[in-house]
Parts: sequence; C-alpha cells; structure tokens
Amino acid sequence: MYNKSLQELSSSLQDKEISSVELSQYFLNRIKHFDGELNSVITSNEEAALVAAAEADKRIQSGDSGLLTGIPLLHKDIFCTQGLRTSCGSKMLDNFVAPYTATAVTKLEQAGAVMLGKTNMDEFAMGSSNETSFYGGVKNPWDLNTVPGGSSGGSAAAVAARLAPIASGTDTGGSIRQPAAFCGITGIKPTYGRVSRYGMIAFASSLDQAGTFAKSAEDAAMMLQAMSGFDEKDSTSVNKPVDDLLANLGDSIKGLTVGLPKEFFTDDLDSGIRETIETAIDTIKSAGAHIKEISLPNINLSVPAYYVVAPAECSANLSRFDGVRFGYRCDSPKDLEDLYKRSRDEGFGDEVKRRIMMGAYVLSAGYYDAYYKKAQQVRRLIKNDFVEAFKGVDIIASPTAPSVAFSAGEKKDDPVSMYLSDIFTIGVNLAGLPGMSVPCGFVDNKPVGLQLIGNYFEESRLLNVAHQYQQLTDWHLAVPAGYEQEV
Amino acid sequence: MQWETVIGLEIHAQLATKSKIFSGASTAFGAEPNTQACAVDLGLPGTLPVLNEQAVRFAVKFGLAIGAHIAPYSVFARKNYFYPDLPKGYQTSQFDKPIVGLGQIDIEVDGEVKTIGVTRAHLEEDAGKSLHEDYQGMTGVDLNRAGTPLLEIVSEPDMRSSAEAVAFVKKLHTLVQYLGICDGNMQEGSFRCDVNVSVRPIGQEEFGTRAEIKNLNSFRFIEKAIAHEVERQIDVIESGGRVVQETRLYDANKDETRSMRSKEEANDYRYFPCPDLLPVEITAELLDEMRGDLPELPEAKKLRFQAQYKLSDYDADVLTTQRVMADYYEDAVNFSDGEAKLVANWVMGELSAGLNQHGLDISASPVGAERLGALVKRIADQTISGKIAKQVFEFLWASESTADEVIEREGLMQISDSGELEKIIDQLMADNPAQVEQFRGGKSKVLGFFVGSIMKQTQGKANPQEVNKLLQEKLKE
Repeated sequence: MYNKSLQELSSSLQDKEISSVELSQYFLNRIKHFDGELNSVITSNEEAALVAAAEADKRIQSGDSGLLTGIPLLHKDIFCTQGLRTSCGSKMLDNFVAPYTATAVTKLEQAGAVMLGKTNMDEFAMGSSNETSFYGGVKNPWDLNTVPGGSSGGSAAAVAARLAPIASGTDTGGSIRQPAAFCGITGIKPTYGRVSRYGMIAFASSLDQAGTFAKSAEDAAMMLQAMSGFDEKDSTSVNKPVDDLLANLGDSIKGLTVGLPKEFFTDDLDSGIRETIETAIDTIKSAGAHIKEISLPNINLSVPAYYVVAPAECSANLSRFDGVRFGYRCDSPKDLEDLYKRSRDEGFGDEVKRRIMMGAYVLSAGYYDAYYKKAQQVRRLIKNDFVEAFKGVDIIASPTAPSVAFSAGEKKDDPVSMYLSDIFTIGVNLAGLPGMSVPCGFVDNKPVGLQLIGNYFEESRLLNVAHQYQQLTDWHLAVPAGYEQEV
Repeated sequence: MQWETVIGLEIHAQLATKSKIFSGASTAFGAEPNTQACAVDLGLPGTLPVLNEQAVRFAVKFGLAIGAHIAPYSVFARKNYFYPDLPKGYQTSQFDKPIVGLGQIDIEVDGEVKTIGVTRAHLEEDAGKSLHEDYQGMTGVDLNRAGTPLLEIVSEPDMRSSAEAVAFVKKLHTLVQYLGICDGNMQEGSFRCDVNVSVRPIGQEEFGTRAEIKNLNSFRFIEKAIAHEVERQIDVIESGGRVVQETRLYDANKDETRSMRSKEEANDYRYFPCPDLLPVEITAELLDEMRGDLPELPEAKKLRFQAQYKLSDYDADVLTTQRVMADYYEDAVNFSDGEAKLVANWVMGELSAGLNQHGLDISASPVGAERLGALVKRIADQTISGKIAKQVFEFLWASESTADEVIEREGLMQISDSGELEKIIDQLMADNPAQVEQFRGGKSKVLGFFVGSIMKQTQGKANPQEVNKLLQEKLKE
C-alpha cells in the first residue's frame, strides 16, 4: 500500500477498494509507528483528518471527486492552517494558531486531499539540516545518524519513510531539492510566482516558493497541479494559466538538449556524486537527449549573493515577531525595550538570530550599497546567465547537493560549511526558475539527487524529463530499510 | 544681526479611499479600537499586502494637479523600526523611487505671488495609535488606523516666513479637497504637517541647522510653532550656542516646542525595496485618462469666477477656497437667474454667518443653494427688499419652506404700487406740515424722517427706491 502511486491510490478510492478514512488511518498508523524516532511530524491532525476523509468519501460516493480526493498528505509547518497550530519550527510561534489558511493548502483541501498533520522544519526555514527546529532535529530514514536535509526536512523524511504519499515544502535556497536528494525522493520547486505565498510564513519573500515532495515525478506533478495558480492575495503570484502538468509526462525526450554547467562539475566535486550523476546523464542520453556543456559564469557568486539578499529580507520579515500581538512573549517585561529584547532573544534560535543580524547589517546606512545593492546586481547577472543558457538548452542538469546526507551535528557549528551545502540549488532561487531533484543512485548507501532546472514556467517539461528518467530507473521506488514493513 | 527664516514642509494627507492601502479593511474614522484591522493590518505571519489602486490614482491626480513629473515606475520600500503601533516592524513607504516627482505650487502673501517647489510626493501606510491613558500604567494599541493610505508631500525649503508656510499649507489643503483625494479634516488627523525650520543671517547662502517640528494639525499651530521655534533658534545662536539637528514637538498648551530626539538618536531605517509588492507602473494611457478627469482647480476656478461673475479678487478667493462652497455658489447663482454679485454677498454674508454661528459646514447648510437662489431672485425682482429678505432667510433656515411660500404666508411682499404709497405719503405730509416746511426750506435731512415713518407704517415692506422717488417728487411740489 505505502508504495502505491497516487494514480493507484486514487483508483483504489474510486473503485471503493479502500475508503479515504481507511487510507488516512493507514498512514496515521505508520506515523504513530515510525515517527517516534524520525520526528518528522510536529503536529498531528488526526481527528480533523478523519472527518475530512469521511467528507472525501462522500464526495467519491457522489461522483464529485478528482485525482486527489481522499488522498492523505502532510504540510510543512510553514503553511498557516486555520484552527491548527502553525509553529514554523520556532518557539516564537509555539502557541500560534492562524485565523486563516494558506492558499496552497486551501487549494489542496478543495481538491479533497486530507491533511494528516504538519511537518518539522528548520526554524523559519533557515537551515539545511533540520537541526535548527525548536522541536528537535529530524532523522534521515536512510541512516538515522544523518540529517534529512533542510529546511523541509520533516516533509522529505516523512515521504521517504512512506508516512504519507505526498507532502508540501518550501524552497528558498534549496529547501525542497536538497532534502529530497538526501532522502531519496522526488521534489519540485516551481517557478517563482507559480504557487501563491499567501499564508506561507515568509523567510525571504523574493525567493520563497512552495512546492511538493512525492515518490515520483508523476505524483509530484499531480500535487503541484492542484497547488498552482494565480492568487490575487499575493501580488507576486503570476497571472498566467497553469499548464496541464500531466499531459506531457509520457512524451519522448528524444532530441531534447540537456545542459551541464561546467561550473558544477569541477575537480572539487565528490567523485562518488560525480559518477552517480554521470550515470544518470548517460541514462537520459540513452533516451535520445543531447548533452551539452554550458557555462554559468557568475554562478559561483550565488551563495554570497544569497546570504546577503535572504537575510536582508528576513531581517524585516521577522520584525513582526515582537511579543506584542501574538507569539512568544517573555515573562514580566520591565519596559517596552525589555519586552522586545527578551521576547526575541528567548523566542528565536541561534541561526535565526544570526540571519537577522546579517540582514540588519547589510541594510545599514553605509553598508547598503556595498552589500545589498551589490548582491542584487549579482543576482541579475546570475539570472542573465540562466537566460543566456536556456537559449541553447531545454533543461539544465547537475547534482542537487555536493554531498550525500551528512551526520547530525557535523556542520551545526560551522554555518559557512552548512551554507555551502546549497551551492548547486541557490542560483535557481536567485533566478526564480523551476528546479527539481530526482533520486539517481546511492553513495555510501545514501541517496544521491539529480537536479533538473527548467526555463521559466516550464514545469511541464521538467516533470516530463524526470518522469521519463523514472521510466528507465527505479531509484525512486527504493524504500529505506525498516520502513518496508506494514504496520 | 538680521535673521532669515527658512522653512520646508512635509504634509501627510490621508487619502479618501474606502479601504486601506494594502488590505480590504475599512478606513472609516471613529470605530471601536481594533475593529477595523484585519489579519494583514495586524501583520500576522503569512499575510501579504495587495496595493489599493485607488490610492495610486489619487497620488497621480495630485501629481498632475501640481504639474509634477509622474514616475512611470515607482517602488515601495520597507522602513524598519520597532514600535507597538507598527505591526510589521516596518512601514511600507516609498523611498528613492516616489510616485510623484518635482512639481510646484504658487502661493500669495500680501499680494505677492511666490512659487514653492514640491520636491516629491509618495504613498505610504499609516501606523496605528498608542493610547497611554486609561490602561493602569500599560499602553493600549489601536490598529484601526494602521494601513490607512497616506500621501506624504514634501516641499522644497522655499518658504521664508510662517505666513508663507501657512499660505502653502492652506493652498495644499484646498487642493487635495478639490481633487477629492483627502477630506482635509485636520482634527481627525486626515491632514497633518511636519515643519522643518532653520535660521541664517540675512545674506548667507548656506542653510542653518534645522529642527523638525512634528505633527501640527491646525493652521494656527503651524504659525505659532514656527514663530516660537524661530525665536528659540535665534536665542540659542545669539547666546553663543549651536542649534542641533533634532525632532521637536509643539505643545499647544504651553505654546512651546521641546526636543523629542536628536539626530544621534535617530533610527537607521534600513530602507530596502519591499519584495512583497511589484513596482507600480503608470502607463501613458492612464495618465491621459486621468488628465481628462481632473476637476477645475482652485486657481482656474477663481479666475473664471472673476471673469464670469464679475466678482472682486477677494470675493472670488473666498468663494473658491472650498470646492463645496464654490459649487454651492454656482448652483445658487443659477437658481437666482444669474444674480452673481447678490448671491456672493448672501453666501459670504448671512449664510456664512449662520453657518459659523451653528458650527456647520456648508455641505450641511440647512438652506440649500436652490432655496437661497430663489430668495435672491425675489430681492432682485423687487418682490422683497434686502432687509425683508433677512427675515425670510430666518424662516428658510428654520423650515423647509421656499422663499415664495414664506413671503406669501407672512405677507412680506414689498409695496411698490405707487398709488398705495402716494396715499400714505400724502397722509404723512398732511400730518407733519412742519417737517414738510423744513425740507422745502433746504433741510434735506428731514427726508430720513419721512422714509422712516413710511417704513414703520408698512412694517418695512415699502419699496425703498419707490418711496424715495415719490417723496422727492411730492416734497418738491
């Protein structure tokens, strides 16, 4: 059951082989059984989920249902859900229940999907290992000593352990793709503006984009289809019709040109990762695609540019957490200043504070031009590099991350080395392009992800290539040891 | 030493949109605290701003009215600081790319016209209100006002006296109401003013160090605050001190300004472009459309009133200061069949006096333009005298009746019939032979006695011109 595709689960529901209540209960049981050690789910929605599942069953009975009706899923705890706590992985919001629901969640709700709970994440989505969460780290089901990646580590680990068929995530610098790679599943971050950011707690507004985790490109496409679309409540969402993401999955990729950025395949690249990626490229080539080396001359500036732009935006976005109207407030503040200082000091973790300080610094009088403005210029150069590259290729391929999942604690006290684990993914966010990660093998028994980058609003092509690759490989079907067991 | 005052102004005009600049919540004044603040206004996490197009159009309208450059591309920025009535911890404003660029406004002081530069005008959201009383040592926060759209209008330091500053503010105050973009209500804070003041020795080119006086909400306070501040600065310099750049508050009760914060204590606002909002693009089509929609502006209306209605400069000025007043006037002139001068006298005289006495705005006048016009018409066609008209006006003020109904009901019709008047005059002359003799002997003052007596007898209804004419004729016989 746990390894069935959405297509198969949907058919079973439609054919009444199983009800949504049973299916939801099945995955809730898996969560109860396995999540004690994984810690991927922060908040269970069991009671409401079973009510929603019964609703979905009625819809199926009455014939008013779609592909996702009755399908259980998990949401990253960054999406506001009316009536169910939204913590964003922070002590600051440990008591926060939003009076509204994020548009992306509402859309899935309307499609009939059943929310089982909210997943663990790095605090305010700041981290690459899920170790900054107030609720503790998440373990990688492939190796409990390693991290699942971040910031959407809970969603990735949960889907990898088959605790839910699909889950949502957000990606500001790689927060969907890197954990998807570390956990051996498929994750896609669409073009910036494709999924509404309304109700999604902001980290860096110009980079944040919601997306999906799934076992396969096909499942990811189904979920993304339901989440996408213009939202008048988000001024940065793009008013452009959403392509049918399923229509072209089966198309041949013969004649397609795949670009390999030479800057991503240097001698520094881990040899195990390199071999795995090269094998994956060969598979794509064998399906008839042309492979071409390309250059993204400014891509090596993406990590520094990102660590100016993202903290700058977050320093303002997180100012609202001041202990005045909602969220954490320190005990008996002696005056306003004390209220601010202690509420924020006690409510935020170290990484969040680090980024707020960096952000405030780069925006300060006298530093703005040297940092923020310069970083925005670099961002434009990086975007132009991609635009140039896409004149000659249909998609771009690279490793998703420079390494496989690292050990818990390994980089916790070394922020720069942590930041560098997003070296291949960050440029995509700076440019606003769609990107995904597809499982393509193992190094040291840990999954490796192949990153595919598409041109603007070409999610359909991206998913087509990923799906075709998954027709030729079965890395995406691998289940971590111990989790094949039915409970 | 002789000193010159240099003044620049920043005016916050609350735009008269129904909803807030970035949310759908109402902007109505006076509601219960925090009943007009939605999730966006409260700055709840995950909420996003959506720009109110009406606010943009209002800003453009203002820009066009002062002949300013309208930026085809303007940008909202975040101004970062912490305060309990600022829910997001930043104010969304415009910084280096404002929607309205350089423009100008002419003011007139003591008959001299002077052009004042308007540096820029930009859109921003208002903050909420902190309430320090009534909470047992705690501070209450009302966020109803948070997110109310403001147009901040910044002048060049072109003014040299408080009179010029007040003239400028008044001019702007009139303009924004004419444009229908701000209700101009200074008590409710819809139109408030920050003043930058400095002094320098006459002849010196560089500016002195300025102080900014915040949040002045009446013309009188602006005048007094400037006067006080100029005096203070001169005192400081002449006693050997230096003026420091700072923000000051004007205390109307004590009539003094006092320091709020110095430049050193000033925040570093860390402005940067707001990533939640797209740049505002103003197309040439929109500009053309809006140019066509501009109402007649005060200056043009005043000139037209002088030409069309043959009004004096003063009358035209008074009548066009408020757009509602000008509209009222023109309507009344129509209903009076074109008695422009007489209507002007009545609007500026009886009507304004009545409104002042009752503390009413002309838009709430109990006597509408139609009834006033009809009254004036009866003066002009001599159905009643000006004096009787004042009585009629009292009735109009207190009831819904028309002038004709009142005249009819109260029997106030003027006596112009020469036969009837001659009878009265003849009787009067017969009763007062001595006075007749005096007049004939050259004491023309006695005429007053006769006129007065006739008026008394007719309860003022006798047509004074007719009485005069007939008296002259009869007495000279």
